[in-house]
Amino acid sequence: MKGNEAFAEAAIRAGADGYFGYPITPQSEVMEYLMAEKPHERTGMIVLQAESEIAAINMVYGGAACGKRVLTSSSSPGVSLKQEGISYIAGAELPCVILNVARGGPGLGTIQPAQSDYFQSTKGGGHGDYKMLVLAPSSVQEMADFAGLGFELAFKYRNPVLILSDGAIGQMMEKVELDEQRPRFTDEEIKNNTPWATTGKTKDRERNIITSLDLDSYKQELHNLDLQAKYREMEKNETRYEAISCDDAEYLIVAYGTSARLSQKAVDLLRAEGIKVGLLRPITLFPFPTAVIAKLADQVKGILTVEMSAGQMIEDVRLAVGCRVKVEHFGRMGGIIPSPTEIVDAMHKKIIGG
Amino acid sequence: MTEEIIIAGFGGQGVLSMGKILAYSGVMENKEVSWMPSYGPEMRGGTANVIVIISDERISSPIVNSFDTAIILNQQSMDKFEKTVKPGGILIYDPNGITRHPGRKDINIYTIEAADEASKVGLSKVFNMVVLGGYLKLKPIVQPEYIRKGLEKSLPKRHHGMIPENEKAIDKGKEIIKAVQLLN
Repeated sequence: MKGNEAFAEAAIRAGADGYFGYPITPQSEVMEYLMAEKPHERTGMIVLQAESEIAAINMVYGGAACGKRVLTSSSSPGVSLKQEGISYIAGAELPCVILNVARGGPGLGTIQPAQSDYFQSTKGGGHGDYKMLVLAPSSVQEMADFAGLGFELAFKYRNPVLILSDGAIGQMMEKVELDEQRPRFTDEEIKNNTPWATTGKTKDRERNIITSLDLDSYKQELHNLDLQAKYREMEKNETRYEAISCDDAEYLIVAYGTSARLSQKAVDLLRAEGIKVGLLRPITLFPFPTAVIAKLADQVKGILTVEMSAGQMIEDVRLAVGCRVKVEHFGRMGGIIPSPTEIVDAMHKKIIGG
Repeated sequence: MTEEIIIAGFGGQGVLSMGKILAYSGVMENKEVSWMPSYGPEMRGGTANVIVIISDERISSPIVNSFDTAIILNQQSMDKFEKTVKPGGILIYDPNGITRHPGRKDINIYTIEAADEASKVGLSKVFNMVVLGGYLKLKPIVQPEYIRKGLEKSLPKRHHGMIPENEKAIDKGKEIIKAVQLLN
C-alpha cells in the first residue's frame, strides 16, 4: 500500500467518525482511498470533500467539539490555510488528527517532497502560545500506526495531533500490517469518555461550552498556564525516538521522516568505511527528544542534522547540545531528495574532516 | 540479498505497474520491498520512473542513487540513468526509439525488443510484462508462482482474465532477451 492509502485505511480501522478534506498533491490519495472505500457502509464513518481547506478544518473543529474522532489531511500550502482553525482547536482544547504530506515551498512551491514545514509544525504555525503533538512517520507502517496513536494521544491530552509526513512517504509503497477494526464510540461512550463534549445539555449538569475566547485577561492567563502545564506533561510522557547504532557511535546523524531513511543507508555506508556513526531519529518532533540528544553530545565528536530544508530542526538539536560539540546541517530544498552518498560526503566534509 | 532496481520510460508504457507487480510478487514471497515512484512534474511531462528494492533484510532507504539493475525504455531515461548502474551491474534496454546506445564498459548490457515483439503478436498491452520476463530471466529474484500471485494482487479482479496473457508475455521476454556486452 501507498503511505497515503495506509493512513486512510488505518484511520477507518481506528474507529474514526469523520474525515473532512480538500484535495492537493501529494496527499490526494487519502481522500481518494476513503471515497472509494465507502467507510460509511463499513463503520458509519463520514467522508466529506469540503469547499476549501478552511472549511475542512472548521468542520473538524465542530466534529471534535461533539467528542467525535475526526481528522483532516492536506499538503503544505493547504496546511497553511488551516492554521487559523488549528489555533482555535488548540485554544479550545479539542482532540483531532491532522496529516501534512509535506511538499516544497514557500508559496505553492513544488509538489515534490520536503521537510520545510518543521517550524510551522513544532513552533505553532498559527497565532498564540500553543503546541501540537507532532508525530513524524518514516515508513508506510508508521503512516498506518500513527493514525490510531494520533487519536489516542489527541484524546488523552485534548489536543490536536499533527502527523508530519512528506511526499515520499505518502507516495511510496511498502509492506504494512494493519490493526483490526475497532468499533466507533457509541453516543453513550462519548458521553462517558468525553464529559466536556457538546452532546446536548442534560438536567444534571451545567452547559458544556467550547470556545477559545475569554475576554477576562486573568482567566485567559490561567487558561494559558493550564495549556503550558499540559505541554510540559507531554514533554514528560510522550517523547519518542529511535536510536540506531548509537551505542558505540563517535559521530551522530539526527534526522526524521524520509531523511532518517536516507541517513540510515548513509550510516551503513559510513560504517562500511570503518567510521562509527549512529542515527538518532526523533519520532515526536514536539515533544523533541532533547534529553537523549544532550546525552549523546557527551559521547560523540560531532553531529550532522539531515533535513530536506534549509535547516530547521537543527535549531532544536543545537539547543539540546549547547556548544559542547559541533552541529552542522546538510539538506536539499525545493523538492530534491538528497542521496545517501551526498549525506556521506557531507559527513566527511562538515563533521569528520571539518 | 538486496536488489535495487530502477525502471524508467514513457508514461503509459506500464513502468509503474511493472514495478508494482514485481514489488507485490516480492511481498507474496515474504521479502521486504519498497516501491518509490516519480510522481512529480517529470511524470506529467511524459516520463515515468520507479525505484523498486527487494531484500531479505529491512530496507533502510527506499531512495538510492545507484542501482544493481536499470531497465530503460526511452532515450531520456537512458541519458539520465545509464550512469547510475553500479559497476558490474546490469542495464536492460529496449532499442526501439533509442538513438544513443549505452557506452559504459564496466556493466553488463542486454537488449530486449519488447515493443517490437509485443506489437507483432498483438500484445501491446503486456509490453511491460515482456520486459519484466527478460529481467526475471537474468535475475530470478522472485519465483514464478509468486509472480502469478503478484499479478493477482495488483490487477483488479475484473482483469484477472488477462493473467494468462501476462504470463505468456513474461515467458516471451525470457526468450528474447539478448546479451550485448558481458563482463567475464
